Amino acid sequence: MRLPKPRGCLSSAVLEWMTAPEDDGRHLREIAAEHPDDEQLTLWALYSLSERGLLGVPDELEWSLPLLEVRGRLETAFEERLRQRWHEAAVEDDSDSGIADRIFGYVESLDGPSIAAHVHREATVEQVLQLLRWRSLYHLREADPTTWVIPRLDVATKAAVVELQYDEYGAGDPARLHSNLFALGMDACGLDPSPGAYVDEAPAELLELNNAMSLFGLHRRLRGAALGHLAAFESTSSLPSRRMAQGLERLGFPPEIVHYYEEHIEADAVHEQLAARDICGGLLEDAPELTEDVMFGVFSCTDLEARFAQRALTEWEVS
Amino acid sequence: MTAQPGQRPDVVVCPGGPILIRGDHVVEDAEGEMHETTRPVSAVCRCGYTSTAPWCDGTHKVAKN
Repeated sequence: MRLPKPRGCLSSAVLEWMTAPEDDGRHLREIAAEHPDDEQLTLWALYSLSERGLLGVPDELEWSLPLLEVRGRLETAFEERLRQRWHEAAVEDDSDSGIADRIFGYVESLDGPSIAAHVHREATVEQVLQLLRWRSLYHLREADPTTWVIPRLDVATKAAVVELQYDEYGAGDPARLHSNLFALGMDACGLDPSPGAYVDEAPAELLELNNAMSLFGLHRRLRGAALGHLAAFESTSSLPSRRMAQGLERLGFPPEIVHYYEEHIEADAVHEQLAARDICGGLLEDAPELTEDVMFGVFSCTDLEARFAQRALTEWEVS
Repeated sequence: MTAQPGQRPDVVVCPGGPILIRGDHVVEDAEGEMHETTRPVSAVCRCGYTSTAPWCDGTHKVAKN
């Protein structure tokens, strides 16, 4: 992926050192992020080294100590912030119910801002194009953060995650890979389907949403949060995907991008059941002590999406 | 923890939700039309409100209210 534009002192220094690591990089530990944009863009760039890499950055820097030190520092602060939000939300501890009922119950109780509802009836072509550019940050790496979790799971949960991921990855057919369906849709809309092409347009809320998935996926310690996040993501997808598909048809968008959303109506009606029952249910059978972390992941997924939705709707001046 | 053969069901009734079916099947809908499954696991609508019959589209979540 091409290098993003820096947004403050920390991202400037880190991006500069990544492309020209001529000294030991110790100075990076002294630099604080200026604001959330600077912090989240730096973290996004550091995580990119573990996925598709960045153009001009040597591959071996994925495991460079000065960069890992910056990443660790930013991750600690970011996780603390996410946990703070989770504690402040004081989600009711309905621990008598099974985990699937808790997840579905929590998700159904939410009444936050909805981008899909806006696209369904009101959005303009320009707003939807902007949304597709924003969403491309995740949809072009769709399902990948969950794949990190697989080797860390016990037998039944591991098989259950792979069963879901196999469908995400097109059941072996590259043309049906979900991230590829989105790339085909972007191409049909005249947008650049290269991963990370539009990162410079991404607000901090969108970078947080993406970085949280990397944070949960890359740390074995956070496997409960990763799978809770997955369950919440899948449980909030079918119905909004239908609204998205209908909104895109209303605006005359190409069938390729409509198809991406139509595919998610049916796929995620399956995935939400698998993720809540077999995956989170299986995980907690093996490791009941992760219950709180699963719900933390559920909360973070929906909370980050609500924050991003609020940002998008505010930019579009939707009341 | 190990898993024994035969422990994973091919058909799962989800409480308040669809029926999951694993593998390749042909499902006949209420009008007698045949539909082949296309994914590793498919969800068949049980609430009757789906817009993508015979497959679940998640509408049961709003239909029950």
